[in-house]
Amino acid sequence: MLEALMKIFGKEKKSSREIARNRLKVVLVHDRASISPEVLDNMKDEIIKVVSKYVVINKNDMEISLANDDDSVALVANIPVSRMKHG
Amino acid sequence: MSEVIVITSGKGGVGKTTTTANLGVGLAMRDKRVVLVDTDTGLRNLDLLLGLENRIMYDLIDVTEGRVPYKKALVRHKKYETLFLLPTSQVKDKSAVNPEQLVKLCDELRKEFDYILIDCPAGIEQGFQTAIAGADCAIVVTMPEISAVRDADKIIGELNRADKDSIKLIVNRIRPQMVEKGDMLDMDDINDILSIDCIGQVPDDEKVVTSTNRGEPVIAMNDSLAGQAYRNIVGRICGEKIPFMDFPKDTFFTRLKRVFGIQ
Repeated sequence: MLEALMKIFGKEKKSSREIARNRLKVVLVHDRASISPEVLDNMKDEIIKVVSKYVVINKNDMEISLANDDDSVALVANIPVSRMKHG
Repeated sequence: MSEVIVITSGKGGVGKTTTTANLGVGLAMRDKRVVLVDTDTGLRNLDLLLGLENRIMYDLIDVTEGRVPYKKALVRHKKYETLFLLPTSQVKDKSAVNPEQLVKLCDELRKEFDYILIDCPAGIEQGFQTAIAGADCAIVVTMPEISAVRDADKIIGELNRADKDSIKLIVNRIRPQMVEKGDMLDMDDINDILSIDCIGQVPDDEKVVTSTNRGEPVIAMNDSLAGQAYRNIVGRICGEKIPFMDFPKDTFFTRLKRVFGIQ
């Protein structure tokens, strides 16, 4: 019922065309960078190891992904820091 | 100056062979000397689409292995005198031809023909590498479907790796009514995603099926929208500037006509 009303008022949920476009953009970034999820996981583990030498991080909230910026691909890491390690 | 164009797609079933047959006939309708080379060894179909399946004496493998000169294996089209088919073998497999052999053959064909169109097999394995080896440029055929677009992107990557930088895109089997409803990618979406120049968009058209049944490519049918789209592509290949066609909008009347079976 609500969905029908939303349709009438033009506030339809995302069209399947838009969904296809977004999914393709994401999958192609990965394809083009040719990094498999396993490799990405390995890289994540190694980054954690290196960063953990200097700061205490929250491993569970860490995010690492490939982002598409125009024609280039960027590796984006978001690493929440709990506190610094001193000395 | 002759041109070797490979028609490829990565994914199967998007219309490589249909495109090859139509472009071949279209170029021949403009009196160009054209040869179509089927490299889909083991799964040949170009002969069927052109209605030439009963005229094959020798094939590509006979030529590359030196049993007959290529001229003996060529099949002239019944209706278009400047159109020839070099069929492949239905019994051998893709490893029967290597890239060097195809490059050599293309160089020989250049002496006789204006356009050499190579129908590539699906996939990115050896058959693909062989098919693209002698080509000056590539036409990548895709469909407004995520798997076909993804595979097209992969193929474009492979073509770049093989230093084939002249690549054009054909978006096949577009259903304008679905695009209008927001349920299908259109040419601009795909263009944006793949960043490759489009040379044509072909609507999904029942006449493609009926013309394939007859072995007469749809490009020769004046009342077909897909035929018009292919004629436009042929014009663009010949260097003409032709705007992309607008597909008829889905209006109340077209829906009504559909209900009553009037196209």
